[in-house]
Amino acid sequence: MNASAHPLRLPQPDALAVSLRDVTRRFSGRSVLGPLSLDFAAGEFVALIGRSGSGKSTLLRAIAGLDDGVEGEGRLTVPADRSVLFQDSRLLPWKTVLQNVVFGLHAEGSDERGKRALADVGLAGREAAWPNALSGGEQQRVALARSLVRQPRLLLADEPFGALDALTRIRMHDLLFRLIRQHRPTVLLVTHDVDEAIKLADRVLVMDEGRIVVDRPVSLAHPRAKDAGFDVLRGELLAALGVTDTI
Amino acid sequence: MSDQSHALIATAYSAPFAAIAGVPAQAHPFPPAQRKLPKLAPGRLPTGAILFGPVALVVLWELASVTGWLSPKFLAAPSTALFTGFELLQSGTLAEHFLASARRAYLGLGIGVAIGLLLALASGLSRIGEASIDGLVQIKRAIPTLALIPLAILWLGIGEAMKVALIASSVFVPIYINTHAALRGIDIRHVELARSVGLTRGAFLREVALPGALPGFFTGLRLAVTTCWTALVVLEQINTSQGIGYLMNRARDYGQTDIIVVGLAIYAVLGLGSDFAVRLWERKALSYRKALAS
Ligand SMILES: Nc1ncnc2c1ncn2[C@@H]1O[C@H](COP(=O)(O)OP(=O)(O)OP(=O)(O)O)[C@@H](O)[C@H]1O
Ligand SMILES: [Mg+2]
Repeated sequence: MNASAHPLRLPQPDALAVSLRDVTRRFSGRSVLGPLSLDFAAGEFVALIGRSGSGKSTLLRAIAGLDDGVEGEGRLTVPADRSVLFQDSRLLPWKTVLQNVVFGLHAEGSDERGKRALADVGLAGREAAWPNALSGGEQQRVALARSLVRQPRLLLADEPFGALDALTRIRMHDLLFRLIRQHRPTVLLVTHDVDEAIKLADRVLVMDEGRIVVDRPVSLAHPRAKDAGFDVLRGELLAALGVTDTI
Repeated sequence: MSDQSHALIATAYSAPFAAIAGVPAQAHPFPPAQRKLPKLAPGRLPTGAILFGPVALVVLWELASVTGWLSPKFLAAPSTALFTGFELLQSGTLAEHFLASARRAYLGLGIGVAIGLLLALASGLSRIGEASIDGLVQIKRAIPTLALIPLAILWLGIGEAMKVALIASSVFVPIYINTHAALRGIDIRHVELARSVGLTRGAFLREVALPGALPGFFTGLRLAVTTCWTALVVLEQINTSQGIGYLMNRARDYGQTDIIVVGLAIYAVLGLGSDFAVRLWERKALSYRKALAS
């Protein structure tokens, strides 16, 4: 009866993973989000970009259910097994790396799964290390392992690579992409980086003043090189962000 | 002479250019001799160097006594005190009084720490607890322990209970203040993480709130240990028939400055020893703070 270590969860193409209907959020009366209606298909990788203060984090936190106390209404349908990847790695300093990965898991065999998740992010052998002894990039990889060991149906990531240097960020993109492929969770990735969005996502949303102003599928083949198709999309998205200077 | 220095300067300036041009540069000392930067902060002391001051004081003190400049009526020589201490130790007197003092101090410390911790948890983890407890502790904090002695004597008599109670009542304050502050200052990002992984309240307390408050508790404990000895010294001056304080008081009546010095030395050793023990424990419990690149 024991589930195998990596139960196969076949993506159901028609299933909706996330559905928002007329969702709004306000901070002290000021409308910050919506009204917004949005659907994500199961297994879809959605990137959300938009200028600072446009409401990206507010949307992500609403979907994550981390925004109680915030005014607003609307109907949200979200899978219960979701995990959040924050901009900071948010590791508990008094727990070892492995304890951080399996934080909140109690099922039998969690440690084994945690170790495998650590190996997946290239940190095998560092199970017993304290988070303080890891570099920033390594800490974020532990956070990624913590998110993925739960095999969530929905992964919510708010600028998870924003604090990393360019080289580490590219490595993290590849890692995330590879790991996502194993279980195909629905992903919402908030990012400032247009290239990151185009490189990874099946669909890019551009948000402005709490509304989605561009909703654009990305049909380029993987792995995505910076070719002509890439540049066209990039120009389009930058224009939507109000950036005219295309380099 | 002037020619030579001129030549030196010329080499120094031309060498980099020569190297760039592909001409092998003259052999230069490496690393290049540098003018030393002024040290702005004093360097770290080698281990044990902290003992220099105390040792120097004892030596001067001994010299002053030997030369007769310091009368034993005024202050006994360290060597005399050492000898007296050894005698008291052999006769068993010292052990008896030492144990009496240590029992008082550690009983008061233990009770005070337990009370401080319980109050801090009640007040740090519930609003009703904070509303009922915090104000009272702040008021208690403003009242010096000494001022409570008359009331404590009326309530508990002049025996051990009064002394232990007063030590505990002065010890619980720093424990409470620091643990409570740490519980209140819990990192909101950790709370969010706990919620996002679906932690129960019990698990949250065990795995996030309490470990997060541990550094605060240790800060409180180190203060509490000091407070405990201070309170002990004051309390042992009143009506005791046992304890280091009693020993010293009696010695004063007989003008035995050597025994007074022994008493002071024991207080110092106990205080330092306790602080050291707490620090050791703290370092072990909070070892995760050290970032060792392994
Ligand atoms: N707790 C809060 N209280 C009041 N206003 C808030 C709060 N959180 C966010 N806001 C406001 O809501 C708006 C949207 O914020 P949000 O954090 O969603 O932006 P963002 O798109 O994530 O920006 P960034 O790219 O800088 O992270 C901003 O104007 C912000 O000032
Ligand atoms: Mg944000």
